[in-house]
Amino acid sequence: MGMTLTEKLLAAHCGRDSVRPGEIVNAALDLVICHEVTTPPAVEMLEKLGITKVWDPSKILVTPDHFVPAKDLRSAELASALRAWREAQGITRYYEVGNHGICHALAPEQGHVLPGQTIVCGDSHTTTMGALGTFATGIGSTDLAAALATGELWFKVPETLRIDLAGRLPFGVYSKDLILALIARIGVDGARYMAMEYGGPGLAGLSMEARFTLTNMAIEAGGKNGIMPADAVARAYVEERTDAPYTVFEADEDAAYAGRHALDLAALEPMVALPSLPSNGRFIGEVPPERMDQVYIGSCTNGRLEDLRIAASILKGNKVAPGTRAIVVPATTAVWKQALREGLLEIFTDAGCVVSTPTCGACLGGHMGVLGPGERCLSTTNRNFVGRMGSTKSLVYLASPATAAATAIAGVIADPRDYLAKPDLLDAGTDLVAAGADDCLWGV
Amino acid sequence: MTTILQGRAHVYGRAHINTDEIIPARYLNVHAEADLARHAMEDLDGAFVSKVQAGDFLFGGEDFGCGSSREHAVWALRGAGVKAVIAPSFARIFFRNAINNGFLALECAEATILAEPGDAVELDLAAGRLRNLTRNREAAFVPLTDFARDLLAAGGLLPYIQAKAPTVRTAAQAGA
Repeated sequence: MGMTLTEKLLAAHCGRDSVRPGEIVNAALDLVICHEVTTPPAVEMLEKLGITKVWDPSKILVTPDHFVPAKDLRSAELASALRAWREAQGITRYYEVGNHGICHALAPEQGHVLPGQTIVCGDSHTTTMGALGTFATGIGSTDLAAALATGELWFKVPETLRIDLAGRLPFGVYSKDLILALIARIGVDGARYMAMEYGGPGLAGLSMEARFTLTNMAIEAGGKNGIMPADAVARAYVEERTDAPYTVFEADEDAAYAGRHALDLAALEPMVALPSLPSNGRFIGEVPPERMDQVYIGSCTNGRLEDLRIAASILKGNKVAPGTRAIVVPATTAVWKQALREGLLEIFTDAGCVVSTPTCGACLGGHMGVLGPGERCLSTTNRNFVGRMGSTKSLVYLASPATAAATAIAGVIADPRDYLAKPDLLDAGTDLVAAGADDCLWGV
Repeated sequence: MTTILQGRAHVYGRAHINTDEIIPARYLNVHAEADLARHAMEDLDGAFVSKVQAGDFLFGGEDFGCGSSREHAVWALRGAGVKAVIAPSFARIFFRNAINNGFLALECAEATILAEPGDAVELDLAAGRLRNLTRNREAAFVPLTDFARDLLAAGGLLPYIQAKAPTVRTAAQAGA
């Protein structure tokens, strides 16, 4: 019997011809990513054990991202500890504040993520990087300590849930809508302990940035990892960034899947996940036009350049509604700079948005837009749990950057299709918006 | 490890109790167990830390511990005195963090109906049974895998690895 993509990757990293779901294996790690919240506890654990050196500084990437620039004294202490440790260890893949980014967006963007790798990070959204055909999963600090010391980690080989995509996304519908629709279908534990493997002819029509949103939210269905084959789109993305060699793995034709779901992209509409679970997704036509105190555009889910371009194409020449605040948080410094060059930041600020430096920020209720009691926020982030963005009496609605931008203008939850320029009217600066919508049917 | 444990029950039977509820992100600027313990379960039940005593059991609903990878969730519960979490199912990373810490996370289909808050419960690890001493009820929990048992016996992943250090190093080098 054949193997799924995840089984292939794990087998190759534990020196075996094959592995089966349920087995416990020790897999060699190709990249360990560290940020300031979960790494200092791991470092302290290693110090207590007298382990003073990491296994291979060249396979570690470090960036502070959660509470940067430091939001308070204790966050500053965490960031200092991270800094001192990486210096002592001689880790050169380091992105200091000013050059930093949310690690799951930064690592692939800067060419550190290669197809065929195994990657861990003390953060649940590590699943993001599986979009490049890697096995990438989130771990806790004890795992991180073990990974840093030995360069390998135990894994229970997960069963794989296969997601077959067909068709193209219609006008005004994005990969965020797709993943919210999928999680609404299978539930927040629909892929618990499983690999979520995307494939099918619909994948080819999705840009690399759009794909990261799909694997990013695998954890929101309980998945161990999200993964997809490194096709021509993925390989072009990687080769633009690095000339490091890599290996492309593919699932076998006769791989055994624990379940399969088929999704017709053409049948999707903009989605909003109502409070307080990511699985509460509804088509926007079924969502009451609730007033929003805040709109948040950013995070490892939707803070990439394409996301900002889409949001800017809607906000251009418009104003954020009175009574609503809009916060834009580019995911990385490179995204921030490119958005500056393209005039996107000016569009945002002219519309009345706050533009922040890259940070995980208010996505997890850290800083830069924490919600007060009774407040409502429509956000492009990944979780809308009770209290996730601040007060336990606040409410979070999840949606795409387009829906967020439309909502910022309307002040109430709004359908982006009412605000997006039709493809033939788009100017050259917003090519990417048209790229996802060039064959949509008007008037349908 | 002692195989029979006794404690009182705290019951939060809702499904998908997430790590933001177990330890909110506003406290992730610290990681000392004692500091985190003061805020355990704060966003779900602000009174939890005043009720919980050392050795108590937390009964949760399905998919307990979903969300973030923060091991702080396990540390907060352990720091608050919780001896074991019992739930019909666990989110993957929480479960992994628990056994990596030598902390008991036990799957039991009847977790949400076995006990009422405050009941006296006995956990028999060797027999794989939970007994509600107050109401004279009993339920089985899913036996731990051999690997999880080894981790618990060692006191967690790091002591386990240290004991096996020579072979672990060799494996890492061979696979790299």
